Amino acid sequence: MSKAVSALGGVSHKGFAEVAEAGLRGMITVRGDLSSAAMKKAVKAATGTAVPAARRIEIDGDKAAAWMSPDELLVMVPYEGAQDAVAALEKALAGEHHLVADVSDARSVFTVKGSKAPEALMKLCPVDFGTLAEGEIRRTRAAQVAAAFWKSGADEFTLVSFRSVAGYVMGLLEVSSRKGGEIFPA
Amino acid sequence: MSTRLSKGGRLIDRAKPLNFTFNGRRMAGYEGDTLASALLGADQMLVGRSFKYHRPRGIIASGAEEPNALLGLGEGGKFEPNQRATTTELFDGASTTSQNHWPSLEFDVGAINNKLGRFLPGGFYYKTFMFPRFAWKHVFEPVIRQSAGLGKAPTARDEDRYEYAYAFADVVVAGGGIAGLTAALAAAKAGKRVWLMEQTAHWGGRAVVDGVEIDGKPAEAWVNETVEALGKMDNVTLRTRTMASGLFDHGYIMGYERVADHTPGDGRPRHRLWRIRAGHVITATGAIERSLSFAGNDIPGVMLASAVRDYVVNWAVSPGDRTVIVTNNDDAYRTALALLDAGLLVPAVIDARPEATGALPEAVRARGVRVLAGHGIAKVKGGKRVTGVSICVQAGEGAEIESIACDAVAMSGGWSPVVHLWSHCGGKLIWDEERAMFRPDPKRPATGDDGEAMVTAVGSANGFLTPDEVLADAHKAAGGQGKAPAAPAESEAPMMPVWIMPQGAGPDLRMKMWLDPQNDVKVSDVQLAAREGYESVEHTKRYTTLGMATDQGKMSNINGLAILSDALHRPIPETGTTTFRPPYTPISIGAIAGEARGDIFQPLRRTPMHAWHEIHGAHWEPVGLWRRPYCFLRTGEGVHDAVNREIRTVRNSVGLLDASTLGKIIVKGPDAGKFLDMLYTNMMSTLPVGKCRYGLMCSENGFLSDDGVVVRLSEDTWLCHTTTGGADRIHGWMEDWLQCEWWDWKVYTANVTEQYAQVAIAGPNARKLLEKLGGMDLSKEAIPFMEWREGTLGGFRARVHRISFSGELSFEVAVPASEGRAFWDALIAAGEEFGVAPYGTEAMHIMRAEKGFIMIGDETDGTVIPQDLNLQWAISKKKDDYLGKRAQERSHMASPDRWKLVGLETLDGGVIPDGAYAVAEGVNANGQRNMQGRVTSTYYSPTLNKGIAMGLVKHGPDRMGEVLDFPVDNGKVVKARIVDPVFYDKDGEKQNV
Amino acid sequence: MLTLECPYCGVKAEETELQAGGEAHLKRYGPGSSDDEFESYLFMRKNPKGVHFERWRHAYGCGKWFLAARCTATLEVFGTYSAQTKEPPADLQAKIKAKRPNWEGYK
Repeated sequence: MSKAVSALGGVSHKGFAEVAEAGLRGMITVRGDLSSAAMKKAVKAATGTAVPAARRIEIDGDKAAAWMSPDELLVMVPYEGAQDAVAALEKALAGEHHLVADVSDARSVFTVKGSKAPEALMKLCPVDFGTLAEGEIRRTRAAQVAAAFWKSGADEFTLVSFRSVAGYVMGLLEVSSRKGGEIFPA
Repeated sequence: MSTRLSKGGRLIDRAKPLNFTFNGRRMAGYEGDTLASALLGADQMLVGRSFKYHRPRGIIASGAEEPNALLGLGEGGKFEPNQRATTTELFDGASTTSQNHWPSLEFDVGAINNKLGRFLPGGFYYKTFMFPRFAWKHVFEPVIRQSAGLGKAPTARDEDRYEYAYAFADVVVAGGGIAGLTAALAAAKAGKRVWLMEQTAHWGGRAVVDGVEIDGKPAEAWVNETVEALGKMDNVTLRTRTMASGLFDHGYIMGYERVADHTPGDGRPRHRLWRIRAGHVITATGAIERSLSFAGNDIPGVMLASAVRDYVVNWAVSPGDRTVIVTNNDDAYRTALALLDAGLLVPAVIDARPEATGALPEAVRARGVRVLAGHGIAKVKGGKRVTGVSICVQAGEGAEIESIACDAVAMSGGWSPVVHLWSHCGGKLIWDEERAMFRPDPKRPATGDDGEAMVTAVGSANGFLTPDEVLADAHKAAGGQGKAPAAPAESEAPMMPVWIMPQGAGPDLRMKMWLDPQNDVKVSDVQLAAREGYESVEHTKRYTTLGMATDQGKMSNINGLAILSDALHRPIPETGTTTFRPPYTPISIGAIAGEARGDIFQPLRRTPMHAWHEIHGAHWEPVGLWRRPYCFLRTGEGVHDAVNREIRTVRNSVGLLDASTLGKIIVKGPDAGKFLDMLYTNMMSTLPVGKCRYGLMCSENGFLSDDGVVVRLSEDTWLCHTTTGGADRIHGWMEDWLQCEWWDWKVYTANVTEQYAQVAIAGPNARKLLEKLGGMDLSKEAIPFMEWREGTLGGFRARVHRISFSGELSFEVAVPASEGRAFWDALIAAGEEFGVAPYGTEAMHIMRAEKGFIMIGDETDGTVIPQDLNLQWAISKKKDDYLGKRAQERSHMASPDRWKLVGLETLDGGVIPDGAYAVAEGVNANGQRNMQGRVTSTYYSPTLNKGIAMGLVKHGPDRMGEVLDFPVDNGKVVKARIVDPVFYDKDGEKQNV
Repeated sequence: MLTLECPYCGVKAEETELQAGGEAHLKRYGPGSSDDEFESYLFMRKNPKGVHFERWRHAYGCGKWFLAARCTATLEVFGTYSAQTKEPPADLQAKIKAKRPNWEGYK
């Protein structure tokens, strides 16, 4: 058994949507000039994707780059690859003002699956799901804590929160997806 | 008698009988009934007692305006008081109870107040409970508390579940009558995202009851077709049982959905609170019929004319066999027709207008009903039930000219548009003289973030009372193309405002004319208030409690305003209305709480080791949203014993503290050193790579706000530790200065607090324990005190800091949070031979106090500067500037008279109470004893076996050895000597090994 | 509850996603400033009924501070703009002046 464990050990619940802790994921905060050539190269090397535009997430298989703010990205890679990715990003950005920080262990990742997945999130996040674009990452709050989510599949959302509140977030997702709580019953 | 008719009832399903109880009595109704219609169908007209006089109260209305029929509903974890019977759907097994009586509804001791009514006029409470002063506390308040409140608060935990939901729409339409449906359809056809909500379970509103024809079809057919058309549109959301409860800034509208009130126990959330952001709001909230003020208008059996019609048509319930109708308008004649159609008797229609010759009155006359124009009701006869009415001329003083036997009275004083939503966010009203109503002033709507109107009122909510006008208004307001739906009808004669019946009624009659039947406010009370000088309607409201009941005066506030205006001899618009405040009708506390209850009432932050602590006796202490072990209780151990044991373990061997909650912020960039020099009072730019330095942060006001150890990670990177509660605040503070003041400085920050699990390994055996894990040279030479190294400890990626908050040899080790639990387990296992034990925050606090280390929040309280704490050594004199420096130069901050940090030792060795003040000679300007210091931290030290304390004392450091008096409870005085605050290991030999 | 559009990420955020930060465009006075200057910097705040410039942070979003011009009486929002500016942009000032002819102008 690896010494590294996620906050909730992969717990899941099946209501009208299926909510699950998705396990560990490599996550790296990258701050710098998002328009620089070095940044483009660094992100491409780390994730295989372009630098995402504002509020966008670029996904390539199990890697992704998400726009966090005008000078910050979240680079996502498999958990085991995080340290190498940090080193590579550091090296690629060495020539310019930047900050690279491994935050893989500071986060918890959740998936919300099913055709009614948005109905669970609609109860928690002040976000207009009717206008949420494909490939958009939305930083907002889930009830009382910070969260970010994006559509990660046809009927799937991935949501990220801080690790310390993983139990709270799972509590929110579980109660919000409980059967009978469908907002728009068929 | 009220009873169920054998035929009809458009909303009930006779094939589905439902059983329920009222005060324990079994009754039956049908699916589709409200509690009110079911009670009336079972001949239960008497449903409660009024608040003040405990007068018998019957059902008056059929909707949200109902002031009387408030019931306790459910039992145990499903009990809720004050449920409005007229808006609560009947379900099988419903258990209902009436309120505000003892011992029974039929015989109520409190009704003695009714006899004392003349001694309980408006403003009674304000006048009576003034003197003598002692009586308030010992007599009045206890008595009032006994009798206060309508209904009983639940005692069991609410079994149901509640939730929020967020929604967004271009147009939100509130109200699903013909106006709302028309507006929604027009907006939807224009391509708008439309949200339409209706508070009841049914679409169509009044038009379907009144038999209106729309576009040549019965209203019901038109409504069904329109709802079906809307339902097929992707851009439309339809919601019944959802009340628009309030409108707030920037188009924020609250929808209260009663998801499962009518299907309890089916697994659905009971209520859902919709938080909807609307581009524009259309209020199609309809109108509410007004009562008329005649003597005895509160006797059970007196109802609104529209409600009588609703009960007959919707639920096939007749409120009485013989119903007298009293009105000042044509609309009430529809009630006569509905009753006649149902085969019931209408002995007379009493019309206050001098003549009644419109189409509706003529239709009623044609059915053989007496119409008495120019007449009024002098008084209603009966006690717990109407037995008859005494008729008079409206123009006179109330002399009876005829008595008519009846068991119900249907009254109509005209209609008031429901302007609540329009008004909630600042929309203004105008007085419509012709219709005698306040209606929305289209020139003064509530405005949104673009400065434009964010609300439009349509239909009868906008003052239009005929279906044709209503439809045209709604269609046009919603931008409808083409022709509006049409509902041509013969015109109605104007209503005549009637505020008192008869107009010349004397005091005896006015004392029996109820304006607010729930709170027992009568015409005479409002007139008294006016005589006593209450000119503002807001003051009169509070003085008389008019409209302050749970129905907020929906039915009769306007009558009260008119009577106040009349008494003050001024026009009604000059009096104005009271303020309309959300929610429109009361909503459940559960809905307001939403999902936030139980385990997710608020976020609980857990460290990676939280679960270990939980199973090892953690006695928790909340710190911000974290919960940290105060101490770890062993079997049979008290808290005090556990703390002392933990301290001895650290001082004698080795202990472990979960320090993961400490804030950790990376600060990086070419200007990071310069930035930290501004942020900290110390010089951080000169800290060599590989070393740690304790630092202080102040607000711009000069006061100490946070402290922690700063680590120089590399040439351009620092790691700043903050207090547990300070991480987010300090990170925000850093970003504030970087984004808003020094935006050209090249500095990036990242809050990595949760990336690391951090453990303090403290005690003489700390090094030995860590060496057992292996992988790093932890000798004094390899990692001296106040330095850090990175490496691998027992296979864990670790950053090891030689810092000490306990005064012992101590290592603080950070590992990735995901490995935190495994690392902790490894430390516990490796420490077994040394008797390692975890220690909690209290042991940490006491050990730091033994060392004289300050604690943010104990020694600081937002008024303390670092200089007060003798921390000059941590304040750079070389720097021109740092945040708080200018403030600390102010004369008061630089004064030698400031209270300064010292140690305190009680003469008897006991523990001085926290926060105790040291008194000085003399008194201040207020005659209070002068003070010269206070206790900031105080503990029993198991190490020194006596009480130790720190405090701030005037000129303290210059007064070593002096004894101060600290008066404490019960007149006792604790004597304590001023000493050095470092009680233990003054030279720091133990931590530096 | 207000909504403000974050000029950095374009999200029209509701107030619960934002953190209010008080008056905008304060000039910091540090060591060497007079008591009056320092007092005005630290304590003196405008409290107009009408046009006001404020600091807001998109706390639950991109984390950036931005500035907003709004009417404290009607809650009309005239615009939001970058925090890295010493005074409101000229075009925003012109827009406000057009909407509020009696506005005495910035400063």
